[in-house]
Amino acid sequence: MEPQLGFVEQSFDLRYTGWVREALNELPDCFTITDPCISGHPIVFASNGFLKMVGYSKDEVIGKNGRIFQGPETDRRAVMEIREAVRAERAVQVSLLNYRKDGTPFWMLFQMCPVYSKEDGRVINFVGVQVPIVLRKTRLSGLGISRNEINLCEDTVLRCCRREVCSDSILELRRESVSSSHDDRDVEINEPCDASELEKTKASAATSNILSVLTHYSELTGRLMFLFSVKHCQDWPQLLILLLLFLEHAIHRTDALLPDMPIVYASDAFMKLTGYARHEVLGQNCRFLSGIDTDPTTQFQIKECIRSQQACTVRILNYRLMTDCFLQIISLELLLFLTLLLFAAFRKDRTPFWNFLHISPVRNASGKVAFFVGIQIDDHCNYRELHGLRPEMRQLSVVGAVKVAVRSLSMGASTS
Amino acid sequence: MQLAAAAIASEAAAFQFTGDLNGLGSKLALYAFKKVNKVIPDNGSVGSENKELPVEFLDSLLLGEWEDRMQRGLFRYDVTACETKVIPGKYGFIAQLNEGRHLKKRPTEFRVDKVLQPFDENKFNFTKVGQDEVLFQFEPSENNDAQFFPNAPIDIDNSPSVVAINVSPIEYGHVLLIPRILECLPQRIDRESFSLALHMAVEAGNPYFRLGYNSLGAFATINHLHFQAYYLAMPFPIERAPSKKITTTSGGVKISYILNYPVRGLVFECGNTMEDLSNVVSDSCICLQENNIPYNMLIADSGKRIFLFPQCYAEKQALGEVSAEILDTQVNPAVWEISGHMVLKRKDDYEGASEGNAWRLLAEVSLSEERLEEVKELIFESICCLIVENKVVTETTIEESAVTPQSHEDMDALKGSHHAICLCKIVCYGVRAFFQARVRLCMWVEAPSPSFCLARVVLDQPIANKVLPQKEGGSRKT
Repeated sequence: MEPQLGFVEQSFDLRYTGWVREALNELPDCFTITDPCISGHPIVFASNGFLKMVGYSKDEVIGKNGRIFQGPETDRRAVMEIREAVRAERAVQVSLLNYRKDGTPFWMLFQMCPVYSKEDGRVINFVGVQVPIVLRKTRLSGLGISRNEINLCEDTVLRCCRREVCSDSILELRRESVSSSHDDRDVEINEPCDASELEKTKASAATSNILSVLTHYSELTGRLMFLFSVKHCQDWPQLLILLLLFLEHAIHRTDALLPDMPIVYASDAFMKLTGYARHEVLGQNCRFLSGIDTDPTTQFQIKECIRSQQACTVRILNYRLMTDCFLQIISLELLLFLTLLLFAAFRKDRTPFWNFLHISPVRNASGKVAFFVGIQIDDHCNYRELHGLRPEMRQLSVVGAVKVAVRSLSMGASTS
Repeated sequence: MQLAAAAIASEAAAFQFTGDLNGLGSKLALYAFKKVNKVIPDNGSVGSENKELPVEFLDSLLLGEWEDRMQRGLFRYDVTACETKVIPGKYGFIAQLNEGRHLKKRPTEFRVDKVLQPFDENKFNFTKVGQDEVLFQFEPSENNDAQFFPNAPIDIDNSPSVVAINVSPIEYGHVLLIPRILECLPQRIDRESFSLALHMAVEAGNPYFRLGYNSLGAFATINHLHFQAYYLAMPFPIERAPSKKITTTSGGVKISYILNYPVRGLVFECGNTMEDLSNVVSDSCICLQENNIPYNMLIADSGKRIFLFPQCYAEKQALGEVSAEILDTQVNPAVWEISGHMVLKRKDDYEGASEGNAWRLLAEVSLSEERLEEVKELIFESICCLIVENKVVTETTIEESAVTPQSHEDMDALKGSHHAICLCKIVCYGVRAFFQARVRLCMWVEAPSPSFCLARVVLDQPIANKVLPQKEGGSRKT
């Protein structure tokens, strides 16, 4: 049962205002936005990039369910995973074989992320980002895209990089995936295809951008909640781009942020090592966070520090192993939920572990504290020096980098 | 004029490190930088992945130590609590309202009409700072790689150079590079000390980490040889100014006039080797010093471009030739102000800051065109053996001066994968504020390390700036 086109589009526009489509189409990524509240879970928005990639027109896609892109060779397990995620209202990331209008199949990394409404915490949209996967010989499975692993000549690598350089035109992408599948006779088209780090990161970045657009255009400002993730704290580039995005919200929406609705970033490393992949944490609602057996005095200590806008380091009990620093940025009022998030119930593994959390206030160009940054280092596994730099120093260096970034970036954007 | 070695022992006594100063127990972290000769490599060994330390290590070390001192309360005020903004306009001057610095800064304790003055141990110097203010030693490494030793002994005989915090910071990360601190050198540049500063800029590899120098008479406040540096992830107005080439030395160093900027001066870039660039600039500085011409010097763009500004403000001030309006702002135009980063003491000045005001103030600092021409001749005379072409004057535009010449491209290509993960360059591109980055970043595409691809991928996305509508009343940098 397919609802009327007009009705479907209207519900999307009402939620985000009419300008959102234009803004979303400025993004070069391939993505769709669906509405689970409407029966049939139809697509309410498809980016131009996506339409080009699959060869359908807008009218052929809006109002339909995502299954129209699946075909005979599509892995049923992957589809089940997606369905399960929709039902459980959480994020998912799978490699999926989809079909274009002309029937040609292509592999892509599908990353889906829920968007919640503040009022009742229910999911109001799912954002699905599709990143085409460059095929390569699966027997050389490895650590993501790198010169050594691509059996095809360096040409492929350069093609990939050149692709990034000349801003992704979809046509080029199609050419890539089609031509490499022709070159690569050994790879069966329906062999499960893993996405590389590059593609996963691209998907995350695209998701972040889309979510930020949606937040901005949401009439119910600040009523949306989602979790971003940034890479390991050493990868400052993505951190800072996301920081910029976040800043836009934090500076202008701090007053609108309600105390129990945090917008939080957490790094990949943290996600990976808690047993969940990053994409599974992405989209976790604060409802999923539960109170944990943490020393209440520690919680109090953190609260006190934030109230007095001081930095502090506390030793806290947390779940599962985390073998590297990660970074969390929370808005001013959300101390309470920082605590909860740290002790988050990542239910896959409840092995407790100690780690050091360092929290510091970060000011923007106006000189006022914009938010707090929390940096965590695992007590057990990685409490060692890296190149002679103590873990505490590494934590502090991240704080420093964040402070420089926030101050400088907000300098240009300030209104005063 | 250097103190005799015999005096070192007595100076060392004042150096307040813990433990016995004869070497027992005096320990301080040591960053050993790679001494770059920037010869065009044929096998890519320079700047290759064999480096022990990741390229952003110096940034990490510096920021980490700085933040540590901040949390220990060693600074006179919290600089991040000082309001700052980019003034709308073509150049994007940066203004900061900092009432505390003026009140709490160490006062200038020497005469301001002589560029060369002997070191006076009775006045304040950096051997008298608290040990906690010193962050690490900064020395060339023994082998070919950059290395870090968290607990190196302080070799007093070897005259270490150190990095210390500036307790009255202008920006986050404001540090002082003090060459051969125990030798108590007066504030004057020589080849060795300039080379040290240039190496630091190159080693940091971060275009937002710039080093500056003020000579005596150009608003240096302490007569103990030091360079300053800090982080600001925005382009300085001077970096946007176009230049006009004057000549190229035999060592490949390009010397140009700065155009369309309130302060006239020279810019030095390129060079076949880093040593060539270093020598030309230091010899130029030495020439100015010996002719009693006060000057300021800025090392920008990770050591690729060096600006030299002879100035005459102090003289004008003494002669009463500066307008009262400008004097009232109490802005002393040192290297940072001249580069476009104005620290203002009064709220009214800050609120009313405009590109016009900034321009007018800096114009007072500048030498006249004729005077600069004379100074340039003086400089060229002293480095005459290094000049090959005679006055090849070509008009260069912003784009031209932004395009790096061959030797830089090679360097950039080799450092491609490292540059990619340099935070500020990437952010800069993302903010689209640094015009040169557009060109440079494309050159860094060569090495597709995962994090580089990550950075590139992220950058290809339009950022919030583009997607969101303009706020009312705001001036957003595009």
